Amino acid sequence: MKKFVLRRVIAMVITLWVIASLTFLLAKVIPGGPFTKEKALPPAVLRNIEAKYHLNDPLWKQYYDYIKNLLRGDLGPSFRYDALTVNDIIKKGFPVSAFLGTIALLISIGLGIPAGIISAYKQNFWQDNFVMFFSILGISIPNFILATLFMYFFSLKLHIFPTAGWGQVGNIVLPAVTLAAYPTAYIARLTRSSMLDVLNQDYIKTARSKGLSEYKVLVIHALKNALIPVVTYLGPLIAAVFTGSFVVERIFFIPGLGRYYVTSIYDRDYTVILGTTIFYAAFLIIANFVVDIVYAIIDPRITYGSGG
Amino acid sequence: MKEDELFTPVTSEELEIKEYIRPGVGYWADAWRRLKKNKLAVVGLVMIILILALAIFGPIFSPYEYDQTELTNVYGKITLKHPFGTDELGRDVLTRVLYGARISLAVGFVASFINLIIGVFYGGISGFAGGRLDEIMMRIVDVIYGVPILLIVILLMVVLQPGLKNVFIALGIGYWVGMARIVRGQVLSLKEQEFTLAARALGASRWRTLVRHLIPNSIGPIVVTATLLIPNAIFFESFLSFIGLGVSAPMASWGVLASDGSRAFQSHPNLLFFPAIFISVTMLSFNFLGDGLRDALDPRLRK
Repeated sequence: MKKFVLRRVIAMVITLWVIASLTFLLAKVIPGGPFTKEKALPPAVLRNIEAKYHLNDPLWKQYYDYIKNLLRGDLGPSFRYDALTVNDIIKKGFPVSAFLGTIALLISIGLGIPAGIISAYKQNFWQDNFVMFFSILGISIPNFILATLFMYFFSLKLHIFPTAGWGQVGNIVLPAVTLAAYPTAYIARLTRSSMLDVLNQDYIKTARSKGLSEYKVLVIHALKNALIPVVTYLGPLIAAVFTGSFVVERIFFIPGLGRYYVTSIYDRDYTVILGTTIFYAAFLIIANFVVDIVYAIIDPRITYGSGG
Repeated sequence: MKEDELFTPVTSEELEIKEYIRPGVGYWADAWRRLKKNKLAVVGLVMIILILALAIFGPIFSPYEYDQTELTNVYGKITLKHPFGTDELGRDVLTRVLYGARISLAVGFVASFINLIIGVFYGGISGFAGGRLDEIMMRIVDVIYGVPILLIVILLMVVLQPGLKNVFIALGIGYWVGMARIVRGQVLSLKEQEFTLAARALGASRWRTLVRHLIPNSIGPIVVTATLLIPNAIFFESFLSFIGLGVSAPMASWGVLASDGSRAFQSHPNLLFFPAIFISVTMLSFNFLGDGLRDALDPRLRK
C-alpha cells in the first residue's frame, strides 16, 4: 500500500510539473507577448513593464523564478488589472464555484445511482427505458444549451426562478441542475451497466436462494460491488462539474472562478488564464489522486503492485 | 404399392441436399445483423446520414450565402423565405446552420480521425513491443491522462489563436490517450494467441504482424471508440466557441451560432433554438449509434 501511494504521489508531482512547465512555455510563445495591446505603448513604458515583470531575465532564470513562485503558491499578477493578482481572483471566485459544484455533485450522485439501480433492476421495462432516455438526453445536450433553455422556460416564461445572479436560494437551483445533468446521466448509465454485470453473478443467485429479500440482495449484496466503477468515475465527475461551471457561471452570472476564467479568456488576460489553468489543473489532479487512493482502499481486488 | 418402394435408399445427390450448411457469416455481416436489431442505433445511423446529406448538399441549394447580410430584415421572423428567421445582420439562419453543419461535422470527423491514427499506432506499438518501451510509453500516457485535457485544449487555443485549423490541432493532440489505452489492451491479449504465433512462424515481420493481424483484430473497440469520439469533438468545439475560442467570424460552427444566439435568446429564441437542436440531435445520433455498435461489435456478447 505504501509503495502504491508513493508511486501515485510521484506520478502526480510529475504531472503537475509537466503542466507548470507547459504553461510557462506556452506563455513564452504567445504571439506578441503578454503586453501587446491594441494601442502601442511607448518604448520606455514597455521597457519599464518588462523590467517590472522580469521579462528581460534569461529564460532559465525566468523559469526558475516562476517555479519558485508556484511552489510558494504565488500565481502572479493580472496584467489587465493592476491591483489584482491571480490569487485574489481565486480566493474570491473559488469558494462560490466549489459551493455550486458540491451541490451539483450531490444532486448527480443522489439521483444518478438510484436511477441506475432501478434501471438495471427493471431491465427492458418502461422504468429502464425512461431512465435511459433521459440519461442519453443528458449526455447529448451541451450544458450551455441546457442552461439557456432552462433560463428561458423556468425564468422568462414560468417565472419560477430568478434569471441570473447570486446570493438567494433560488439562484442556485437552475445552475446546479444544469451542472448536474451530464454527470447524473453518466452515473445512471454506469450504475446500470455495472449493476447488470453484478446481478448476473452466481453469488447473487446464492443470496436469492438463501431467501433474502430483494431489498437485501440489491442494496447489501449487489450495490456494494456495483458501485466500484462509479467510484472511479468520481475523478472525471469532479472535472466535468468544474469545467462545466465555466459556461454555466457565465450564463447565470455567478461570481465564481469559472466566470472569471472565461472573462480572462475574452480579455486575453494571459497571466490570469495561465495562473487559473494551473490552479484548476492542480485541483483536479489532486482530486483524482484522492479518488484513486479511496478506490484502492475499498476495492479488495486491487493489488497495490504495478499498475496496468 | 409394395412396402419397399416407400423406403428407398437416398442417392448421393439427395444426401447432399439434406445436409444443412449454414453459410459462413463474416464479422461485419454479423455485426450489421445485430446492429439492425437495435432500433435506436438504426435511428441514429439514419439521422447521421440525413444530417451529412444536409451538410453536403444543403448549402448548394440554399438561395443565400452564409455571410450574405440583409440589413432591412434584421432579426427577421420565421417566414417561408427564411424558415429559421434571420440574425442580427439579417443573415439567413437556415443557411448558416447548414454551413455550420459542415464545420461542426468536419471538426467531429477530422478530430476523431487524428485521434484514431495517433491512438491506434501509439497503443499498438506500446502493447506489441512490451517491456521497457511499453513501460515508458504507458507512463507518458498516465501523465497525460492525469491532466484535465480540456484545460490544455483551452491553453492551446489561447496560444494558437482561434480558428478552424487550430481547433483540429488542439482536439487532435488532446484526446488520443483513451484510444491508445484501449488498443494497447487489445494488442496485449491478442499477441499471446496462436494466430499471432502462426503469422510469426510463417515469417511475417513484426510490423506486418501488428498492422495486418493485431490491429485488424481489435477493430471492434477501435470503431466504437472512434464513433463516440465524434460527438465529443463536436461538443468540445461548441464549448470552445462558446467561451470565445472556436472558429472565427464570418464562418460559424453550430457552437458559434448557439453562442451568438444565446446572447439574444430572450427576445429572439429562434437564434439559439435551431443550432441547439442540430447540435443535440447530432450528438444524440452518434451516441445512439456508438452504443449500438458497442453491443454489435463486442465479442463478449457474441452468441
